[in-house]
Amino acid sequence: MTAIIKAWRPRWLVAVAVAAVATTALTVWLGLWVTPPDEVQGNLARLLYIHPAVATVALYWAGGVALAGSLLYLWPRTRSFVWDRLAAAAVEVGAVFSALTLVTGSLWGRPVWGVWWTWDARLTSTALLLLLELGYLALRRVPADPHIRARRCAVAAILVAIDVPIVHFSVDWWNTLHQGGTILDPGFELHVHGSMLWTMLLSFVAFTLIFVWLLAVRYRIEVLQDAAGDQELEISLTERWSEDDQLVGVGSSTSGPDDMGSP
Amino acid sequence: MWHDAVLVAGKDLRIEARSRVGLWQVVPFALLVLILLAFAIGPDQSSLRNAAPGIFWIALLFSTVLAIQRSVAVESGEGTRDGLRLSGIDPAGIFLGKAAAVGLQLLVLQLVLWAGVTFLFDVRVHVIWLAVVACLLATFGLACAGVLYGALSAGLRVRDTLLPLLVLPVLAPVLLAGSKVWQAALSGNTSAGTQWLKILVPFAVIYLVVGIVLYGPLQEAA
Repeated sequence: MTAIIKAWRPRWLVAVAVAAVATTALTVWLGLWVTPPDEVQGNLARLLYIHPAVATVALYWAGGVALAGSLLYLWPRTRSFVWDRLAAAAVEVGAVFSALTLVTGSLWGRPVWGVWWTWDARLTSTALLLLLELGYLALRRVPADPHIRARRCAVAAILVAIDVPIVHFSVDWWNTLHQGGTILDPGFELHVHGSMLWTMLLSFVAFTLIFVWLLAVRYRIEVLQDAAGDQELEISLTERWSEDDQLVGVGSSTSGPDDMGSP
Repeated sequence: MWHDAVLVAGKDLRIEARSRVGLWQVVPFALLVLILLAFAIGPDQSSLRNAAPGIFWIALLFSTVLAIQRSVAVESGEGTRDGLRLSGIDPAGIFLGKAAAVGLQLLVLQLVLWAGVTFLFDVRVHVIWLAVVACLLATFGLACAGVLYGALSAGLRVRDTLLPLLVLPVLAPVLLAGSKVWQAALSGNTSAGTQWLKILVPFAVIYLVVGIVLYGPLQEAA
């Protein structure tokens, strides 16, 4: 493996990474030091600067990219491995964010609701989303022809995406413990005010940037993996050919003893 | 499409009728799940009766996985899938036919399970039409979603372990809604039951439509 694999690495990736780190640092500073504790929930309300943003990324950004990528792959005119890799990267990053959504929600639920977990429609459907994403990732790991794998995974991702609107509307469809929309309720009335609102909005920007960054890095890894697979195949082919050459060489030298045996 | 569906369903059902795998493996398995869950809950008659709807549906769900695996296995022989693909049958027809075959088997299975919970747990359904409607709608949804995921896992060496992981979370809404409707049907609370029927209808419709659209691309990927 001496050859260098050239892979997709755009310049804007560094810019996104820097911006993600900067906005995250700013969110941490605003969230922990600048904003006041909440009137009712005290310091627990600071989770507001993480949980909604993480959940938004998990559901809408990751779910949206995965669905769009899969549809574009299945559509014959736009079929390209670019979309397949993008969808796979989105599901994987989405799984991380779904897990984070459950963990951060659970951390907040323990002091406020009194339980780590409750069988609430939104929690349950989010947990199902995580399981569906894990199923997709398991399917993706099954070795297969790249075209076949891409097609299978595209269908699986579309089936995963069916759960996203269910999670979204679960708070409206069922009477749940989980509150409805945080910043805007269906009547479009602002509920969060002042520095807390700005910090929260900033957290959305920060986590979105982190998502884009992770997505791009994961996409790059997919490209590298595919390239490495191709290269390994070539290397083993050349090795095999050189073995054949050696065997031919050995074969010709085995005629040596006969020659020596003859007077 | 419908004609093709009837052909495929007929083929699958004939194979089932001759091989009797469904009869001698899936049905006993479903009854086994009933009994095992009864062991887990204990011999107390009233708690068993409370748990009966859930036990019925979980047994049905597990058996559905087996039925799907069987439905995929029918076409796992050398070149069988290619044969089906090259036969010129509309993929949507294949999907509908396989779903119909699985659905019919599930209906028979539900009859057995119903008899099982009645006999073993002394359960009496007060609102019979509610329970029957729930079973019919759920069968529709389970068969469509199941056949779709079966096609997704077809041709993979790890099919048998992958399929439950993929399909059980998807079927979870049926378990939830089905158990709730049955609880309502047992207690005679009709309005609570019809609320939960509203989940089973979109579930069945979504997987029917998605299956008709996506079965073609999936078949080429197998």
